[in-house]
Amino acid sequence: MSDQSQVPQDHAVPSAVTTTTTGGRRRRLRVLSRTDRVVIALMVLVPLLLVVGLVWLPALATVGLSATDWDGIGPVGDIEWVGARNYADVVGNYPPFVPAVQNNLLWLAALFVVATPFGMFLAVLLDKELRGTRFYQTALYLPVVLSLALIGFVWQLIYSRDQGLLNGVFGTDVDWYGDPDVNIWAVLVAAGWRHVGYVMLLYLAGLKGVDPSLREAAAVDGASEVNTFFKVVFPVLRPINIIVLVVTVIESLRAFDLVWVINKGRNGLELLSALVTANVVGEASRIGFGSALATSMLVVSLVFITVYLTTVMREDRR
Amino acid sequence: MTTATRTGHAPPAPLRARRPLRPARVVLHVFLAAVAIGWLFPILWAVLTSLRSYEYTAVHGYVSLGGWTLDNYLTAWRTAEFGRHLLNSVYITVPAVLLTLLLASCVAFVIARFSWKANLVLLGLFTAANLLPQQALLIPLFRLFTQVPLPAFMSDSELLYDSYWGLILVNVAFQCGFCVFVLSNYMKALPRDLYEAAMVDGASIWRQYWQVTMPLCRPALAALATLEVTWIYNEFFWATVLMRTGDKFPVTSSLNNLRGEFFTDNNLVSAGSVLVAIPTLVIFFLLQRQFVRGLTLGASKG
Repeated sequence: MSDQSQVPQDHAVPSAVTTTTTGGRRRRLRVLSRTDRVVIALMVLVPLLLVVGLVWLPALATVGLSATDWDGIGPVGDIEWVGARNYADVVGNYPPFVPAVQNNLLWLAALFVVATPFGMFLAVLLDKELRGTRFYQTALYLPVVLSLALIGFVWQLIYSRDQGLLNGVFGTDVDWYGDPDVNIWAVLVAAGWRHVGYVMLLYLAGLKGVDPSLREAAAVDGASEVNTFFKVVFPVLRPINIIVLVVTVIESLRAFDLVWVINKGRNGLELLSALVTANVVGEASRIGFGSALATSMLVVSLVFITVYLTTVMREDRR
Repeated sequence: MTTATRTGHAPPAPLRARRPLRPARVVLHVFLAAVAIGWLFPILWAVLTSLRSYEYTAVHGYVSLGGWTLDNYLTAWRTAEFGRHLLNSVYITVPAVLLTLLLASCVAFVIARFSWKANLVLLGLFTAANLLPQQALLIPLFRLFTQVPLPAFMSDSELLYDSYWGLILVNVAFQCGFCVFVLSNYMKALPRDLYEAAMVDGASIWRQYWQVTMPLCRPALAALATLEVTWIYNEFFWATVLMRTGDKFPVTSSLNNLRGEFFTDNNLVSAGSVLVAIPTLVIFFLLQRQFVRGLTLGASKG
């Protein structure tokens, strides 16, 4: 550990200061007793073991298994490498795959194009000094505390064919959760309902952090409110924008609970996450095949996680 | 500089002189009120439905009023055994949240206290783990859990699979990342002189962590605890795939018990939904500030 300590992490500090802090750090390290070192090692290693053992190694194993034909029953020694065959099967030989990708993309588009801008718009409105703003805020982010599984049940009361509110009011006879032509849209309304509140909350916090003098300067220059927002405030919110973008992508990719409680992700509600789960816990456990599906999710998520990490860590440096 | 502290105690906005109500303001209020009521509506509708008898709504339809009763709650509580499942949720949530905060604060302390190059990798490793899609880990984890034996007194399944221990561990592993991220930022904002002073007093690293840093992190810990209780209570996926015995399911993933094989009584479903939502709603209304701060601590570092 001592050799690493000599490299100061904070590059923004002027060099003169860096030397002194490095000196100070060296002195401090020498002060660390043997017990201290053991304590530090334990403080890092125990949690690290858990995260590596239960998250990262399984993730790697998923990638590895995706290139095998393991059925999950035979001994591990019998595993044969099949290269990219599982991937070829997923794309070319598995009817639910294309609808699942479409639905995941649709999910992303709906959250990104409708729910996210709406949440941002509400945050901008609520950022003004309004009477009763607490009530509005509370109402909007109340759905955020509910689990997506529960949300599936709450909206069932509105969507149900025989007992639902929608059909009751409009006298229609649509099975909103069951009809494969409409159910994905019905589910997206419920998912968006929650997402708007979440995005609103994030932007509201971001807007509170914007330097008021920026807006005053824009107002003095005679910029309209809309112009001020798009030309002055929005660019300053860049870190929040990226975080919201990443949160939206990850949420769309991880979407699972809502469709699983409705019909386990079938019949118009196919999602990648549900297909992976169905291939593992379902009747036919196809390990290699399911792993190939899971790996595709992993790759997409890692791209956006990298974007997220570089953003937040760059902010950290400042 | 972190916003960890800034978002928590946002500077009071300059008081503007109250202007007379302009038409634009009226439109704004009407719009916001309409949206707010629209947003509350699905929840209010669930509460309303739960208070009416199935017999009444079956005859008069749901777009009516009347048939008030509390029977749905009693029936839901009995048929779905909510008491037992709520207790299961407590068994999983409480240890998982405490363990998450303990382990995450340890890592966060080391990351914030020392400026080692490896800290950045460590932070990345933890934070990214929180964002991975759970399904991507399902297959190996499922296999692993069915292979790891537990003594019978820990779980009657004698495996990590279908045991509270397994669920607690998975939740901790997953949630640690978010807490490490938030806490390390919070701790970095603490003045470094504290440690210098503690070292002069001869305080060991553990004492610096436990007696200097942790008490100062109380606001962040409270916010995170609120948030994590909600998240782990709401957790659905792992409980669904890593549990088998119906009796042991936590309440969020036992909601399906209310759905009959051939017939669904929506009034019963709504009563069950309200029952399941009550703990999170209580947290929401009592600890709203903690909840909001927890979320914004993690995301608004700008």
